[in-house]
Amino acid sequence: MRTLIFALFFSYLSIISGQVMAATGGIHLDDVEIDLSDKASLQRGAKTFVNYCLSCHQASFMRYNRMAKDLDLSDAQVKENLMFASDKIGETMTVAMRAEDAKKWFGVTPPDLSVISRARGTAWLNTYLRTFYVDEAKAIGTNNLVFPDAAMPHILWQKQGYLNHDEKTGHLSQASEGSLSPYDYNVMVADLVNFLAYIGEPSKIQRLELGKWVLLYLFLFFLVAYPMKKAFWRDIH
Amino acid sequence: MFSSLMGWVDARFPATKMWEEHLSKYYAPKNFNFWYFFGSLALLVLVLQIVTGIFLTMHYKPDAALAFASVEYIMRDVEWGWLIRYLHSTGASAFFIVIYLHMFRGLIYGSYKQPRELVWLFGMFLYMALMAEAFMGYLLPWGQMSFWGAQVIISLFGAIPFIGDQLALWIRGDFVVADATLNRFFAFHVIAVPLVILGLVVAHIIALHEVGSNNPDGVEIKKLKDKNGIPLDGIPFHPYYSVKDIVGVTVFLFIFSLVLFYAPEMDGWFLEAANFVPADPLKTPLHIAPVWYFTPFYAILRAVPSIAGSSFPGVVAMGLSIVFLFLLPWLDRSPVKSIRYRGIYFRTAIVLFVISFLALGFLGTQPVTPLYTLLARIFSVIYFAFFVLMPIYTSLDKDKPVPERVTFK
Repeated sequence: MRTLIFALFFSYLSIISGQVMAATGGIHLDDVEIDLSDKASLQRGAKTFVNYCLSCHQASFMRYNRMAKDLDLSDAQVKENLMFASDKIGETMTVAMRAEDAKKWFGVTPPDLSVISRARGTAWLNTYLRTFYVDEAKAIGTNNLVFPDAAMPHILWQKQGYLNHDEKTGHLSQASEGSLSPYDYNVMVADLVNFLAYIGEPSKIQRLELGKWVLLYLFLFFLVAYPMKKAFWRDIH
Repeated sequence: MFSSLMGWVDARFPATKMWEEHLSKYYAPKNFNFWYFFGSLALLVLVLQIVTGIFLTMHYKPDAALAFASVEYIMRDVEWGWLIRYLHSTGASAFFIVIYLHMFRGLIYGSYKQPRELVWLFGMFLYMALMAEAFMGYLLPWGQMSFWGAQVIISLFGAIPFIGDQLALWIRGDFVVADATLNRFFAFHVIAVPLVILGLVVAHIIALHEVGSNNPDGVEIKKLKDKNGIPLDGIPFHPYYSVKDIVGVTVFLFIFSLVLFYAPEMDGWFLEAANFVPADPLKTPLHIAPVWYFTPFYAILRAVPSIAGSSFPGVVAMGLSIVFLFLLPWLDRSPVKSIRYRGIYFRTAIVLFVISFLALGFLGTQPVTPLYTLLARIFSVIYFAFFVLMPIYTSLDKDKPVPERVTFK
C-alpha cells in the first residue's frame, strides 16, 4: 500500500514537470546557457543592452551601481562606458522617452525589461532576437517568427543583416550580410540574454552562493539531531 | 531559585500546568510513523509565513500603482529582501503540500472518526481559511496572473442567481479587480484571516489534546492504562516527539531549501511566469490557471456543464467538493479507523480518490480540450462517488480484526 502511494505520487510529479510554458505559435525555442559567474559575458551583454535596448526600453528596477558591483566593474567604468541615459550612479536604468510618446510612435509602449527574462524565459528571448525577417506587408518592414506582428523593428540589423522567410519550409535565409558572422551574432545575442537574465534577478548570485552553506548546515545538524532522537528513544519498546 | 520563581508564576498563571498538559505529560501513541510529521511541520510553516510576512509588510505597498514595483524593490534593494520574499512564496506552496499530506494521513488512519470529529472540523475550517489566505495573498504581487486569477475567481460569485452581480461588486469594491480590491485583500491577508487561522489552530490543538492522538493502528491507547493512569502505549510528547520532530524539521528544511535556493519558481508552479508582467486590465493572458493547490477544485468547476449559460452548477459542484470533506466523520460507517484493518472496498476507494484528486489537479492547470473535459468529468464523478457511496461501501466492507495494542517494532 505504502509503496503504491509513493509510486503514484512520483509518477504524478514526473507528468506535471513535463509541462512547459509554450505559448509561442509552435516555434521551437533555442535555449541558451545562463551563467551569472561569466562576468565577461555579462559585461558584453551590458554593452549591447545600453547601446541597443536602453534607448526605448527601460530596466527601471535595475540600478547602475548594483550592476557595477555584480559585474566586477568600477563605478567610473560604468559611468564612462555604460551610462548614457542617466547621470547618477545610484539611479535605475530609465529612458528619457515618455510613455505616451512611445505609444504614439510605436503603437505600444516598449515594455520594461527588468524582469522580461522571468516573464518570457531566456529561450524565448534568445530565439526572438534571432528570428526577425523581412516582411513588406508590415509598416516597419519586418516581422518575427516567435512573436508574430511584433511592433519592434529589427534593431540589430546592422549586426545580423536581414533574413528572408520561406513561407513553405518555414526556414530563414540570409538576405543581406551584417557586420557579424552568424556565429558571432549568436554569441552576441547569448551574452545579451545572459545579461537580461542577470537583471531579471540580480540576487540570484547571492542566492546560489548562500544555498550551499544552508544545505551544509542542515546536513551537519541532521548528523546531530538523528543520533539524539535515537538516544532518547532507546528505552521505548 | 528557578522553582521558587515558577511557584510564583504558577500561583498566578497555569504555566507548569499547560506545559504538562500539552507537552511533558501529553501522552501520544508510541507508534507514530512518517505521516505524523506533518502536523508539527504545518505549525512550523505557519510561523515562517507570519514572520516573513511581517517583514514583507514593512516594504510592500498595497497600491495598484506601486505594488508590482515594491515587490521588485524587496527583491533587489531591501537587505535580504529576496530571501524573505522567497521564504514566503515557497512557504505558501510548502504549506499546502504539508497540509494535503496531513489531511491524507487523517483520511487513511480514520483520524476524523469518533471521538475526533471536532478535531477534523476545526482542521477543515483551517483548510478553508488557508485557501482564503492564499487566494488573497496571491493578488498582492499585482502581476498578470494575480489580477486575472482574482478576476476569474471573484466572477464565480457573480454566477450566483439574483444576488451574484451585486455580491461580486461588493467583494471587489469596483467593477473590475482594482486598487480597492488590492487594498482590502491586503487587509484580509495580513490581519483578518491570520487571526482566524491562529484561533482555529488553538481550537484544533485543544480539541486534539482533549481526546488524544490517533495512530497508524487506529487503536485508542486510553483504553489500557497502567496503575498511574498512563496509557500503556503512550509516551510523553516531550521529549520523545519533540526530538523526533526536530529530525523531521531538519529533513523538511533541507528539501525546502533546495527549492528556495535552487528553484524558487519551481518551473512556473510556485511562481508563474505571467506574474512577472505587471497587472494589465486591458490584456487578458492566453491561459489563466490558478496556482497548483487550487487546481483540483478548478477542474471540477470547469467539468460541470453550464445550464442556460450560467456557470452556477459548476460553482455549486466546486463548493460541494469541499463540503463533502467536512461530512467525512458521518459518511464513514465502519467501526475500524486505520486502513491497516480496513476491507478491500475502502482501500480501493482511497486509491481511486487519490488518483482522481491528482488527475483533477493536473487537468485544472491545462487549457480546455474535449479530451481533457471528458477526463475531468470522469474524475469528478469518481471524486464525488468516494463520498456519496461511502456509507454503503464502508458498511459492506469486510474489515479485519483490530489488535488490542498498537504495533511497534
